[in-house]
Amino acid sequence: MKAALPALCAVALLLIFWELVCLSGLVPAYMLPSPVQVVQAMVNDRALLWEHATITLKEAAIGLVVGVVIGVAFAALMDSFEVLYKAVYPILVMTQTIPSVAIAPLLVLWFGYEMTPKIILVVLATFFPVTVGVLEGFRSADKDAIALLRSMGAGKWKIFRYLKAPSALPQFFSGLRIAAAYSVVGAVISEWLGGFGGLGVYMTRVKKAFAFDKMFAVIFLISALSLLLMRLVDVGERVCMPYRFLNTSSQKGRNDK
Amino acid sequence: MDKLVIEGVSKAFDGRAVLKDINLTVRPGELVCLLGVSGGGKTTLFNIIAGLLKPDTGRVLIDGQDVTGRPGQVSYMMQKDLLLPFRTIEDNVALPLLLKGMNRQEARRRAGELFGEFGLAGTEKQYPAQLSGGMRQRAAFLRTWLFSQNVALLDEPFSALDPLTRRSVHRWYLDVMDRIHLTTCFITHDVDEAVLLSDRVCLLTGHPGSITHELTIAQPRPRPEDFNLSVEFLEYKRKILSIINGEKQAVK
Repeated sequence: MKAALPALCAVALLLIFWELVCLSGLVPAYMLPSPVQVVQAMVNDRALLWEHATITLKEAAIGLVVGVVIGVAFAALMDSFEVLYKAVYPILVMTQTIPSVAIAPLLVLWFGYEMTPKIILVVLATFFPVTVGVLEGFRSADKDAIALLRSMGAGKWKIFRYLKAPSALPQFFSGLRIAAAYSVVGAVISEWLGGFGGLGVYMTRVKKAFAFDKMFAVIFLISALSLLLMRLVDVGERVCMPYRFLNTSSQKGRNDK
Repeated sequence: MDKLVIEGVSKAFDGRAVLKDINLTVRPGELVCLLGVSGGGKTTLFNIIAGLLKPDTGRVLIDGQDVTGRPGQVSYMMQKDLLLPFRTIEDNVALPLLLKGMNRQEARRRAGELFGEFGLAGTEKQYPAQLSGGMRQRAAFLRTWLFSQNVALLDEPFSALDPLTRRSVHRWYLDVMDRIHLTTCFITHDVDEAVLLSDRVCLLTGHPGSITHELTIAQPRPRPEDFNLSVEFLEYKRKILSIINGEKQAVK
């Protein structure tokens, strides 16, 4: 909590500054609503926002889970078979160069206005950071430790199970944190470009109504949801890797910084 | 029968010869030391004995069986303790048992029985980062011991320890050794350590490395506390140093 204090102060100052700008009348209220107005809009529209948010969250969550599973599977396969790495990796990189705003309408044409195209877009956005992270994690496994396990008669699978997989956990969580942030944004973009429900759809509607306060309200909500997901990843990291958060005398110097 | 036999082993990496015609025979229960300068091919020889590397020529025999290039036949402790940071000490130590297919509960129990003997009591649930260098080394010893092949290869097992800790770990190790009757080969470049601990010192010298001299340390084990101050000890040390210096002169 203490560590977050400077950041919290900075955000508070920013909001106060914003409120003052609006109060001073430098910018007309219909163009830039003040933070207070944004919060009011959020409270007034809370039922509708919640309804759309659940849709978006569902898409993001399903997409993220599928994306993570695919990402880990790709990484495991590419780590096991060098040929596969050489053949598939460039294609995976290419998928990331295609802007999601370009594929989303195509996905809508192919899969309709329901959830499927949204989930596919989230999967496309989230599997890559996981694949890259986990692959690097597998490769970061200590070469000497691999030799040690081999000397104990361990085969490929046991080396993977006991050494490579746990060695990749830190990079897995780094990738997952990025993927979690992408998942919400991916779902919103996809909804924005065609759908029946979700925060993206809400956004297009309030934009057409020139309801700037509601626009800001939904932006705030999307940020909050992304932050919440990332926070969940942090908690998962602590649960899965307690050894990374030990307070030992040998690490004290590092923690004190 | 001889426990471990190395016959005419040679090895080259990218055309550069590292080991040339190594022959070594180790009797059951013997403690043999390989002494030589860094980069002399000692670790390569251990990797070959452990089956991690295939020699270009020659064979490795254990109990008369050809085990060349077959890992899993000897307990191998490498230079670094290589405790896995993400496993608790008990799970690190029990790893060889798990790899052999024992279930987790049983493996922990078997390992746990020896924590007291190895001076590790109370560290079961701790992580390697929470232990001192000396304790980590003991945990690595226990893991090596639990692999329980009756030939142990120890690659500079004491070099990571500070001199005071090293002295007490020596004493402790010899004590444990005598109780568990293990055939041991270990690597060091510390002449004192070689004379202090081993039954036989083999000097691995030259490029490519070969075993040029063997020296039997006649003092029976357990050795007296002040053996390293005795005339015999100094005589052995003098002999070894003169050989090493002779080699250096020859290179110049």
